[in-house]
Amino acid sequence: MSAVGLVFSNIHDQNIPDLTRKRTMASVPFGCRYRLIDFTLSNMVNSGITKIGVITHNNYQSLLDHIGTGKDWDLARRSGGIKLLPPFITSYSGAGANKLYSTRLEAMMGAMEFLSRCTDDYVVMSDCDAISNIDLGDVIRQHKETCADVTVVTTKVDTDSLEIASGSAVISSDENNRISEIVHFNRRIKGIKEISTNIIVATRKYLLSAISDASSHGYTSFYTDIIDRNLLRANYFVYHYDGFYVQINSLSEYYASNMKLLDEGVRRSLFGEANRPILTKVRNSAPTRYAEGANVSNSLIADGCVVEGVVENSIIFRGVKIGRGAVVRNCILMQDTVVGDDVSLNCVVSDKNVLIKDGRNLSGHSTLPFFIGKGTMI
Amino acid sequence: MFKKKKCIAMLLAGGQGSRLYALTQKTAKPAVPFGGKYRIIDFPLSNCINSGIDTVGVLTQYQPLVLNDYIGNGLPWDLDRTFGGVKILPPYQGNKTADWYKGTANAIYQNLAFINQYDADYVLILSGDHIYKMDYSKMLDYHIEKEADCTIAVLDVPLEEASRFGIMSANEDNSIYKFTEKPKNPDSTLASMGIYIFTTDKLQKYLTEDNEDPDSSNDFGKNIIPTMLAAKEKMFAYKFDGYWKDVGTIGSLWEANMDLLGPRPSFDLGDESWRIFARHFSSAPQYIGSEAKIENSIITEGCEIYGTVENSVIYTGAKVMEGAVVRDSVIMAGTVIEAGAKVEYSIIDGNVNVGKDAKVGAPRERAKDITVIGADVKIPDGKVIADGEMISEI
Repeated sequence: MSAVGLVFSNIHDQNIPDLTRKRTMASVPFGCRYRLIDFTLSNMVNSGITKIGVITHNNYQSLLDHIGTGKDWDLARRSGGIKLLPPFITSYSGAGANKLYSTRLEAMMGAMEFLSRCTDDYVVMSDCDAISNIDLGDVIRQHKETCADVTVVTTKVDTDSLEIASGSAVISSDENNRISEIVHFNRRIKGIKEISTNIIVATRKYLLSAISDASSHGYTSFYTDIIDRNLLRANYFVYHYDGFYVQINSLSEYYASNMKLLDEGVRRSLFGEANRPILTKVRNSAPTRYAEGANVSNSLIADGCVVEGVVENSIIFRGVKIGRGAVVRNCILMQDTVVGDDVSLNCVVSDKNVLIKDGRNLSGHSTLPFFIGKGTMI
Repeated sequence: MFKKKKCIAMLLAGGQGSRLYALTQKTAKPAVPFGGKYRIIDFPLSNCINSGIDTVGVLTQYQPLVLNDYIGNGLPWDLDRTFGGVKILPPYQGNKTADWYKGTANAIYQNLAFINQYDADYVLILSGDHIYKMDYSKMLDYHIEKEADCTIAVLDVPLEEASRFGIMSANEDNSIYKFTEKPKNPDSTLASMGIYIFTTDKLQKYLTEDNEDPDSSNDFGKNIIPTMLAAKEKMFAYKFDGYWKDVGTIGSLWEANMDLLGPRPSFDLGDESWRIFARHFSSAPQYIGSEAKIENSIITEGCEIYGTVENSVIYTGAKVMEGAVVRDSVIMAGTVIEAGAKVEYSIIDGNVNVGKDAKVGAPRERAKDITVIGADVKIPDGKVIADGEMISEI
């Protein structure tokens, strides 16, 4: 059994425009010291996948910077390792000439060359807006046992209480986990449903033929044109995943997902799995220094910070400085944010390198956090 | 395969560090953890790469397992190079002889072939027991400018402490005319920092001669430097005035950790222009619980703090549970201070479990000495460990 990874780094960027204005979904910062792609890459690496292609679209400087040679994920390899797959645009004939891909299937078409050169039996595909610590080895095992062509990892969601992105694939399956129906989520769908996590295992040879078939028919959608059209002919299965999983569909969802990390159970399931660490780029920050007068409670804090004020229920990224007398509550402060003396913040999400001057008072609400863009000075 | 290097470093990392007792039972001194997420050897290695020296031979001997594993291919320090990089140099069996490293000078002598491979003009000799940030390239410039045969980095120390060090007496132009190892009545305050730059052919000459002398103890301080002085070689003192601490004793290791604290720490790890690199083991960010109280402390990745931490340094992945109190202490990686336990004025090595309501040490004001608990010790619930005790098993 060997598998190759394929990561979609830009899919769903439009869901959180504030955070993806200057970066890809893959490089959106999350949980004090991570970028979203860290979860995807770590899941693959922890399942023994050592060859991963990352499909990019646009705006991927920050992603390149984050990945580097891939050594932080042990993916700087002579054979295999991490391969960035910038968009493949042909200048010649065909419907897609001179155009960037716009769907998952079109993105896969651009990765045909990469996939056809592999010798691996399986392809594991994943987006970056999904946060979990899943044992992909187990998914591949089931895929193999069921002799599946495609296995889609699904998770149960309550569509009444959770925000679901409108394009999400809602999947029904029979008692043998065989996919029986697939529809795009819309507002009329209610109750507890299984949705695709967009973590998909496919048999490589099957996938290649399906993509080239779809390409010659001019199809554009993976779920509608490949899965749905072939439901009766091919072997499509679901893998039910019931571990911790969040999908980031909006800024408030992003905020809520970060805050979930303050829950001990969530932290255990995401970071506490033996042999399945979440790997990220090393920054070599010094340990965080708490001064006299610091008062911190129920917060997750990265290294390289200097805390002199009050911090409650917050997610503090690397290199953040919190001044004397400052009060930070329910906030997400990204890398190198500087909070001046006597500042008061509540439900604020600050992007990287934000400077909040002494005495400022800013507040949002948990359902509508106050967002401060990268490099802003207030 | 080899390209010429102007200067390479040789890092003496074979020392046992016997005065650290319980902390060096299973590891060599350079691998002793320091400052939350570092090991002592990170400081000379980071200094090398920050000074533009990309070839470092690390001479190991005593308990090398942890050290070898830690250095690995040198990736954390950017020393995984196609040409040069970091190389571990253990004692080996030669064609005619097979010897342990008999002294600091002998260790380098046995690896002259390594130095010659790179055709290095200068050799920087370092040791793995000091905490400091130093730009070796400035010292090398000084060595070249003075056309010296040997340059020794020195620190001006208070007169009353001078008898603990190797003391240099220098002329106005910093040329050294006298060197005394631990003098009873020091006539100078320039203490050797154990950092030398040699011009390679001189080093080769004196090491070879030293090796042929059966009465020599094959030591740089005791033999090589005095012999070179007697032969009137050009030797200069290079004055350094930054923070430098020998962490060879329990007391100095504790002090050096405490020097990282305060609003303006005497040793700043957060200096972006001179980063200290370390090998990382991906752990989650630190979590500070709702009832936690933290003052004047540094805490790092993987830690979980639910109790009280004051004036302390907490290393990677250590946990301080509800109601536990840690004061004036150094808690190393993976150690758990269980609920209600109290740790004061102590150094607790890695993966120790301090049981519920146990007491380790006494308040600093009235403690006899620092209490030390060695790695992997399990202290039973309610147990009292008196101040000044040193425990490596229970």
